Amino acid sequence: MTINMLTAFLTVSAILFSIGMFGALTKRNMIVLLLSIELMLNAVNLNLVAFSKYGMTPSLHGQMFTLFSIAIAAAEAAVGIAILLAFYRQRVTVNADEMNELREP
Amino acid sequence: MGTYSQYAWLVPLFPLLGFIIVLAAGRLVQRIGGPINVLLSIASFVVAALIGWERLTPGIENYVWNDWTWLKIGDFNITLGFEINNLNALMLLIVTLVSMLVQLYSIGYMAEDDRKHVFFSYIALFTFSMLGVVMSENLIELYIFWELVGVCSFLLVGFWYEKLEAKKAAQKAFLVTRVGDTGLLAGILLLAWNMPGHALDFNSIFNAINAGDLSSGVITTAAILIFIGAVGKSGQFPLHTWLPDAMEGPTPISALIHAATMVAAGVYLVARSFDLFVASPTAMLTVAIIGGFTAIFAATIGLAQYDIKRILAYSTVSQLGYMMMGLGVSTTFAAGMFHLYTHAFFKALLFLGAGSVIHAVHTQDIREMGGLSKHMKITTWTFAIGTLALSGVPPFAGFWSKDLILLEAYHHQPVLFVVALVAAFFTALYMSRLFFLVFTGKARKPAHPHESPAVMTIPLIILAILSVVAGFVNLPGSEKFSEWLTGVAPEEATSYVPMIASTIVALLGISIGAVFYWRPKFSAENVKKTFLPVFTVLNNKYYIDELYQKTIQVPYDLLAAFIDTFDKYVVQGAVSLIQYIVNFVGNITAKTQNGQLQNYALVLVFGLIILAAVVIWMGGGAEVWAISGK
Repeated sequence: MTINMLTAFLTVSAILFSIGMFGALTKRNMIVLLLSIELMLNAVNLNLVAFSKYGMTPSLHGQMFTLFSIAIAAAEAAVGIAILLAFYRQRVTVNADEMNELREP
Repeated sequence: MGTYSQYAWLVPLFPLLGFIIVLAAGRLVQRIGGPINVLLSIASFVVAALIGWERLTPGIENYVWNDWTWLKIGDFNITLGFEINNLNALMLLIVTLVSMLVQLYSIGYMAEDDRKHVFFSYIALFTFSMLGVVMSENLIELYIFWELVGVCSFLLVGFWYEKLEAKKAAQKAFLVTRVGDTGLLAGILLLAWNMPGHALDFNSIFNAINAGDLSSGVITTAAILIFIGAVGKSGQFPLHTWLPDAMEGPTPISALIHAATMVAAGVYLVARSFDLFVASPTAMLTVAIIGGFTAIFAATIGLAQYDIKRILAYSTVSQLGYMMMGLGVSTTFAAGMFHLYTHAFFKALLFLGAGSVIHAVHTQDIREMGGLSKHMKITTWTFAIGTLALSGVPPFAGFWSKDLILLEAYHHQPVLFVVALVAAFFTALYMSRLFFLVFTGKARKPAHPHESPAVMTIPLIILAILSVVAGFVNLPGSEKFSEWLTGVAPEEATSYVPMIASTIVALLGISIGAVFYWRPKFSAENVKKTFLPVFTVLNNKYYIDELYQKTIQVPYDLLAAFIDTFDKYVVQGAVSLIQYIVNFVGNITAKTQNGQLQNYALVLVFGLIILAAVVIWMGGGAEVWAISGK
């Protein structure tokens, strides 16, 4: 039942991605925002693994790629939280609405 | 066997070198820039003199070198080079000699000027360009140098650019001569169009004319167009108005450029392309009539001017008219060129003398001078020689050359002979008026005039000697100069009529000047009052400037105002409209850039959704469905 397996994985991945996107767009807390982004990233990773196992030409490439992706995601999270901490020290808030310094004055 | 003509390129090279050195060194050579240029001019003059001496050899061939290909257009080459024949060997001598003396004089005259190094670099550039005009082997090359000469004239007339008049005069000189230059360019293009092989060197043009390759219509049109160029440069009526105004420049410049050399370039051009003119009787007649009219027209204006340099300027215009007439009435260019040659010396002398006077009394108005002979011996004597030469009193140089022109006119155009005689009378009259007012009588304004330094008087003395002896090379009856210059012996028999007539009018003019201004038996003021309307017209130069103002400048200003309005409201309006639209759209879209990261992300998601929808609607993504549907 390979067909259903791929569909099932993709469905889960799509649901994960949508939840992540919803969080990223609606939440105002920066930490939750970062978490949501991680969620979307993982949905993509899941996609990669699913296709690498059940796709037209199964191979290990997708899985290897996912490992790299996870490693980079970890680094990104570290940087993101570091920026967030720096921002918090400056403004004593983690509200995304108040991070609008870069707009046109 | 090597000849000196081979090295003729050295002649313009020295002034060019001087120009580059003085220009590059700038203020470093503020003091020694003048002497450097004088030394280089002497070198240049020596080479020119060697060439001139060599040209005296009977039966010597013309030397042509034109191996430098300047432009290659398909199969057509424009070459640059130089030609040495008797005509331009003479011009080389005149230009280098006068330029050398004027630069020597300028060391004294410009001693207190802060920008004298600039002045000397301009003079060197001018000398280079003028020598280029003279040596040019084809018309395109001549045109290039012709324009360079015009640029130098512009720079030097406007040398004292802090003065508004000088600035305006420089612009006027440039613009008015430009009218003539347009004619010259049109003439060159017409010749290039019609010449076999589009050759523009003088020899090919003359050969084509002799072989009958050019139709008479083309020859006449081309000759008249080239003559228009000469009219502009040589200040002939109706383009003479720039020359008197050009006197705003420093006096040595007036002597070098606006009396001896550059303005003579027009006469030289006609002489150089003389075969073209001879082939067309209409063109010859035009040259003769314009020249004759200018001669008498400018001479009458000279009677009623008070500015010493302006009188000399109108005299120059008048004498250039004489030269043109001399070219137009005769079958060779000997008469016109002979007058050019003598005129260069005595007119340069007169201008430098005037400069010496201005240097001493610091005014240019002859009513404020007087009695200068007591203080300035050398200037007075040399100026007197110049006056006598210009008035055409024997045995000074001007007499012989004027006599040759009168002789030609007497034989070919009796009407112009009379015109020329009257012009000669006026010339003698205004020159004696000038001389007696300035140098004799009592000082009309308290001043402490002093003789100029030796560096200024030595050129005066040399030019004065030349003004006496220069005419002896071409005495009636043994016209060696004419024969050498043109290669043919003069055909007209010498006649005593023009000689005696011209002597009489010259002496008459001087005597009338003397009884009015030297030993006043009659009051000039009374005559002026009697003929007040005439005097006013003459004093205002026949209102030619005002006429040009009314007929050319006013319509031009109207046109400019109209175009300006069009530009302001239509063109500028369209530009403003576009700018307004862009601003409007920009303002709206700028509101969406509010710094809210999540807004941007939302827009991004919408974009993604639209993109996905389009891809699916177009039937894309089928493979994805195919996999999942397997």
